[in-house]
Amino acid sequence: MYRRLMQCLVRGAAAGAVSAGLLLGTPALAARTDIVLGIRLEPPHLDPTAGAAAAIAEVVYNNVFQGLTRIDRDGSVKPSLAERWDVSEDGKVYTFHLRQGVKFHDGTTFDAEDVKFSLDRARAADSVNPQKGLFEPIETVEVVDPQTVRITLKRPSGNLPFNLGWAAAVIVAPESAADNKTQPVGTGPFKLAEWVKGDHVTLVRNDDYWGEPVALEKATFKIIGDPTASFAALMAGDVDAFPLFPAPENVPQFEADPRFTVVVGNTQGKTVLAMNNGRKPFDDIRVRRAISHAVDRQALIEGAMHGYGKPIGSHFVPQDRGYVDLTGKYPFDPEKARALLKEAGAENLSVQLVLPPPDYARRGGEVLASQLRNVGISVEIVPMEWAQWLGEVFRNKNFDMTVVSHVEPLDLDIYARDDYYFGYRNPEYRALYERFVASTDENERLALLGTLQEKLADDAVNVWLFLLPKIGIWDARLEGLWENTPVPANDLTGVKWRE
Amino acid sequence: MLTFLARRLASLLVTLAVASAVIFAVMEVLPGDPAEIMLGTNARPDTLAALRANLGLDRPATERYVAWVSGFLQGDLGRSYTYSVPVGELVAQRLWVSLPLAAISLLLTVLIAIPVGAIAAARRNRPVDIGIMAATQVGIAVPNFWFAMLLVFVFAVSLRLLPAGGFPGWGAGLWPALRSLILPAVALALPQASILARVMRSSLIDTLGEDYMRTARAKGLSRSEAVRRHALRNALIPVLTIMGLQFSFLLAGTIIIENVFFLPGLGRLVFQAITQRDLIVVKSVVMLLVASVVIVNFLVELAYAAVDPRLRRRA
Repeated sequence: MYRRLMQCLVRGAAAGAVSAGLLLGTPALAARTDIVLGIRLEPPHLDPTAGAAAAIAEVVYNNVFQGLTRIDRDGSVKPSLAERWDVSEDGKVYTFHLRQGVKFHDGTTFDAEDVKFSLDRARAADSVNPQKGLFEPIETVEVVDPQTVRITLKRPSGNLPFNLGWAAAVIVAPESAADNKTQPVGTGPFKLAEWVKGDHVTLVRNDDYWGEPVALEKATFKIIGDPTASFAALMAGDVDAFPLFPAPENVPQFEADPRFTVVVGNTQGKTVLAMNNGRKPFDDIRVRRAISHAVDRQALIEGAMHGYGKPIGSHFVPQDRGYVDLTGKYPFDPEKARALLKEAGAENLSVQLVLPPPDYARRGGEVLASQLRNVGISVEIVPMEWAQWLGEVFRNKNFDMTVVSHVEPLDLDIYARDDYYFGYRNPEYRALYERFVASTDENERLALLGTLQEKLADDAVNVWLFLLPKIGIWDARLEGLWENTPVPANDLTGVKWRE
Repeated sequence: MLTFLARRLASLLVTLAVASAVIFAVMEVLPGDPAEIMLGTNARPDTLAALRANLGLDRPATERYVAWVSGFLQGDLGRSYTYSVPVGELVAQRLWVSLPLAAISLLLTVLIAIPVGAIAAARRNRPVDIGIMAATQVGIAVPNFWFAMLLVFVFAVSLRLLPAGGFPGWGAGLWPALRSLILPAVALALPQASILARVMRSSLIDTLGEDYMRTARAKGLSRSEAVRRHALRNALIPVLTIMGLQFSFLLAGTIIIENVFFLPGLGRLVFQAITQRDLIVVKSVVMLLVASVVIVNFLVELAYAAVDPRLRRRA
């Protein structure tokens, strides 16, 4: 009886909802101009020049804040606040010509002084910019006239236009920079309307925008941390899009549902099994090669990522120009792995594998541990939260192996750094990398990128596992959302509802 | 009565002082650096140093402790490292979720526990009592977060009667906001109600056997009148004690429950602050929680004194 009553109630409610939908449906023929996007992590604040959290850029990049250049959906560099730029013969002087008639959200005018202020602030001794290294090659920033800025470099750097497109390099105004964490004032097509901490951030259209007007009037970023809840929120229509959907196991259900578009694209997340090259036994290249042979990437991707994620063979993403496929360099071969370990005198190895919190690491680590045990390495798994991982592994280098995804674009430089956590020191690689940085010739740069990838794979510095997928799920009537994430962003400038 | 108050108040202040030192020390030895979390893996050492100086983390521990405590006493809880807004402001926002949640669960706890416990005591060893005892045993054994997930599955996913999580804010209206607090409050209340019902039952059974109850019946009161006028009031003393303890359990429970339901409350704030090493938020909020628990216990002791005049005189 009770059950029947409940069924009646539920049916009645459903019928009510349907008729209400019909009534409301009629005037809604014109395309919607609002969107609710689900994001997994709440941004700690909204100033990309003062925090590294990807969640900041995922809300504000290109929406609220803009740089001289911008990174487009395909990873290419496009003009943004700078209309165009010239490079001197020696590659050391860049002249940026700025767009006219640009205003910040508070009504102040954007000009060359703002550019100088922003770049000098990011380079200053007391700068707290998370990507200060990007600005290191800059010698001086000069204001030529209100629409022209001249940047002189210490040495040629072909990466400059790309680097200036990062979220950490956006242009801010001296009047408002100090409060950008809570009251972001940028030049973008959207401005902050409301931030209900712990629940959502809402942006509204900036009607004084200098560029092509955007179709959306309102964009709400709803914070939903739990994978199961994100599934429910999409199914119930509480959110229109989940650009980085966290639960790969639920994807087939969305694929079977015509209401949704499912796009499995690429991120820049190079997921690696990092080895402490500065510590025994990983200082022996034979051990590192043995471990590379012991890993079965396909089984790992199936087991840890439900089959989503492209295998990679070096520290480079397949969708970027200059990629060389090195996934066949160390084929899965447990016999060979055992032989190499024996040759290195490293039988009966016993190692610790540190795993930070993300699912790819925790689930992937379990699979990797069993694969390594299969060649006679005994593995102890040590789970860690991020704060501890950053201190123990990243700063103190007190670890054997860890699983982590390197999400920065074009970050081959980390292998040329002095004190990086996996302890790779190879003068040959450094020389190659310096040649690459100094080069402004496109063909030479691409060739050098290939050589760099090969050098890393040859040295088996780490085991490169797979590229983190970007599983995007959204309402099938939405268009313009990014398929890939060349940089952390939810650029909404081209997003609209189909009529 | 005055000496009673003075002694209780003194012990309250000592407890708070010790708690502040312990909380501060624990935060000091907790591994992880707030600056590293905020600036990520590409940060240069000089940038990290600049940020630490900016946050005042480069000053000696004693200096920071004194600054924190004196600020606290003046009502300044510090400024969040990550959100860079005053902690007091964050706490005030979050209390609008956590306090109603705790209040609703406490109310539910009492509304369920007192009648259920009383019925079980009155029907002692009969089937009703045995059923209630079995049910409360299950209620105590089941962890509240698991129970919470079960509730979500039934009422949100299957029946779609209530939201699975999130909080629209009180600005969205009283009913939408209350609606999203129902499941979390029930999840928090049921295990507590189970405990309290059992305490209520045994306490009432004890008082029912007292001599004064027989006297009351002998002078002509009916059974139910005797229970109402004499037994219930006496049986409530242990119940009050447990409720005082449960208040702190409710506060601690919100940390888990708010995470299960994505409620932007105090518990979730603490949880996020710990993972982000926003230590000033953790310190200040934990201190506030400790203070409120200590104060509630103080009030419970005052309530004893109100219920039982002997306690006043003895002190």
